[in-house]
Amino acid sequence: MSDAASPSRLSDTLWRRPRLLLLLLLIPPALWLGIVYLGALFALLAQSFFSIDDFTGLIRYEWTLRTYGELFRAANLDIILRTVAMATAVTIGAAIIAFPIAYFAARYARGKWKAVFYLGIMLPLWSSYLVKVYAWKLILAREGILNWLFETLHLGWLLNAYLSLPVVGGNSLSVSWTGTFLVFLYVWLPYMILPVQASLERIPPSLIEASGDLGADPRATLRNVILPLALPGIVAGSIFTFSLTLGDYIIPQIIGTSARMIGQAVYQFQGTAGNIPLAAAFAVVPIVIMGIYLTIARRAGAFDAL
Amino acid sequence: MRSDRAPLGLKIAAGAGLAFLHLPILLIFVYAFTTEDTSYQWPPPGLTLEWFAVTWNRPDVWEALGLSLKVACFSTAIALVLGTLCAAAVARSRFFGREAISLLVILPIALPGIITGISLRSAFHLMDIPFSTLTIVLGHATFCIVVVYNNAVARFRRTSASLIEASMDLGATSFQTFRLVILPNIATALLAGGMLAFALSFDEVIVTTFTAGRQQTLPIWMLEELVRPRQRPVTNVVAMVVVLVTFLPILGAYYLTRGTETVAGHGK
Repeated sequence: MSDAASPSRLSDTLWRRPRLLLLLLLIPPALWLGIVYLGALFALLAQSFFSIDDFTGLIRYEWTLRTYGELFRAANLDIILRTVAMATAVTIGAAIIAFPIAYFAARYARGKWKAVFYLGIMLPLWSSYLVKVYAWKLILAREGILNWLFETLHLGWLLNAYLSLPVVGGNSLSVSWTGTFLVFLYVWLPYMILPVQASLERIPPSLIEASGDLGADPRATLRNVILPLALPGIVAGSIFTFSLTLGDYIIPQIIGTSARMIGQAVYQFQGTAGNIPLAAAFAVVPIVIMGIYLTIARRAGAFDAL
Repeated sequence: MRSDRAPLGLKIAAGAGLAFLHLPILLIFVYAFTTEDTSYQWPPPGLTLEWFAVTWNRPDVWEALGLSLKVACFSTAIALVLGTLCAAAVARSRFFGREAISLLVILPIALPGIITGISLRSAFHLMDIPFSTLTIVLGHATFCIVVVYNNAVARFRRTSASLIEASMDLGATSFQTFRLVILPNIATALLAGGMLAFALSFDEVIVTTFTAGRQQTLPIWMLEELVRPRQRPVTNVVAMVVVLVTFLPILGAYYLTRGTETVAGHGK
C-alpha cells in the first residue's frame, strides 16, 4: 500500500510546492554548467594572474599583473590590433553582403521561395566548419578554380596586379590576408543574415508605404526608414561575426600569412611554448573586447533582435 | 504605392549572395570524383569512383567516424536532459537569478570556442583527469545544452498552462501529466533540438582539439589533413560524406518545427 502511495505523495508535494519543483529542475543544469564550465573558466582566468619564471620556464604561483603587462609589448599588441582589424573588416563585409539577401527573404520571398531562402541560409550555417574551410582551400589554391577562372577570362594580369599590392596581396591568394578575409566572410556570413532578416521582418509594410506616399524615393526610404530600423539586427549579427573572428585560430592557420592572430597566439602559448599564464591573459582579450562591444550593442537595442 | 515585385538589382544581389553561400559546398561534390590525387587541380582531369572504395577500406576513417558518432550520441543525450530541465524552469516561472541562468546557458557558445577549450584543458590538467572519450563528451555536452534549451523554451512558452491544470484536475499525478500531456507536446521540439545538438557535436573541432588528447574524431582527422595534406582524394570523399551526414539532421529539424513560430536552427 505504501509503495503505491509514495509516488503519488511525491507528486502531490511537487504540485503543492512549485518552488521545490523549480529547485529540482534547476539543480542538474546549474551544477553542470557551474562546475564544468564556470569552474574551468575561473581556473583559466586565475592562471592569467600568475607569471612564468624567465630562467626556469616554470609557472610562479604568485599574484601579479606582470603577464598582463606583456600583452602591451609591440609584438603582442600587433597581434591584438591585427585581429581586431580583421574582425572589423569581416563584420563590415558580412553586413554588406547579408543585407540584400535578408531584405529579399524578409520582404519579397513568399511560399515556396520563403522555404528556399530559409534552407538556403540554414544549410550553409550548419554544414561542417572544416569542410567549408577545406572548400576554400580548393578554391584559392594556385591550381584551383579561381585562378583557372581568371586565366580563362584572360584576366590573369588583373589577379597578379592585385596580388602585388602590399598588405592585401601575397604570393598567392591562399597565403594572403585577402584569402583569410574571404574565408572568414564566407564562414560567418549566415550568422549576419539571420538577425538582419529577423529585424527586417518586423518592419510593418505600411511604414514603407507611408514613406513613399510622403514623397520619398526608394533610396531615401532605404536610408531614412529601413536602415535605421534594421540597425539593431545588423548590430546583433555583428556580435557573432566579430566574436567568432576574434577567437578563431584554425582559419588563419590554414589560409593566410604567417602573421598570427589572437587565437593562434593562445594556442601556441599554451601548447608548444608552455606559457599558460600568457595564453590565459591573451584569452582574456577577446572576453574584454566582447564585453565592451556587448555593452555598446545593448544600448543600440541589439538584444531585442536576437 | 507598394509594388510586390523586387527591383532587379536586389534580385541579383540576393541571388549572388546565395550562390556565394552554396557554390563552395557544391565544389566539394565535384572534387570527390576527381582522378587527380596530388594537387587541387581544376578542372578535374577525369572522374572516377575509385576513391570511394579506397576510403571505405580505411580503418582510421572508420575509427574517427565511430568516435565522433559515440561522442555526439552521449553529448546529445546529456544536453537533452539538462537543456529540457533548464527550459522547463525558465519558461514557467520567474525567480531570482533567472536572467543569470539563461546567460549561463548561452555563454559557452557566445564566448569564442578557444576559451571554452583552453579552460577545460587547464581544468583537466589541474585535476589530473586523463584525456578520454569522457573529457570530449564533457566539453561537447556543455555547448550543446543551449541548442536543446532554445528549442524547448520556445515550445514551453507556446504550450498552454491550462492543459497541465486540466490534467491534474482530472486526477493525473505529476508524473502521469508529464508522460501523457507535457511530453507529447514538446516531443518534436526536443527531437529537433536533439538533431541540431547532434550536428553541432559531430562537427565541432575547436573545443575538441583541447579535450581529445591523442584521440581522433572525424573533424580532428580532417584538420590533420588540412594542415598536412597526405591523402587528398580520401579527404575529398570524407568531406562530401560529412556534408551529407550533417544535412540530414538539419532538414529533419526543419520539417519537425515547420509552421511553428520559432523554427529550429536559429539557435546556433
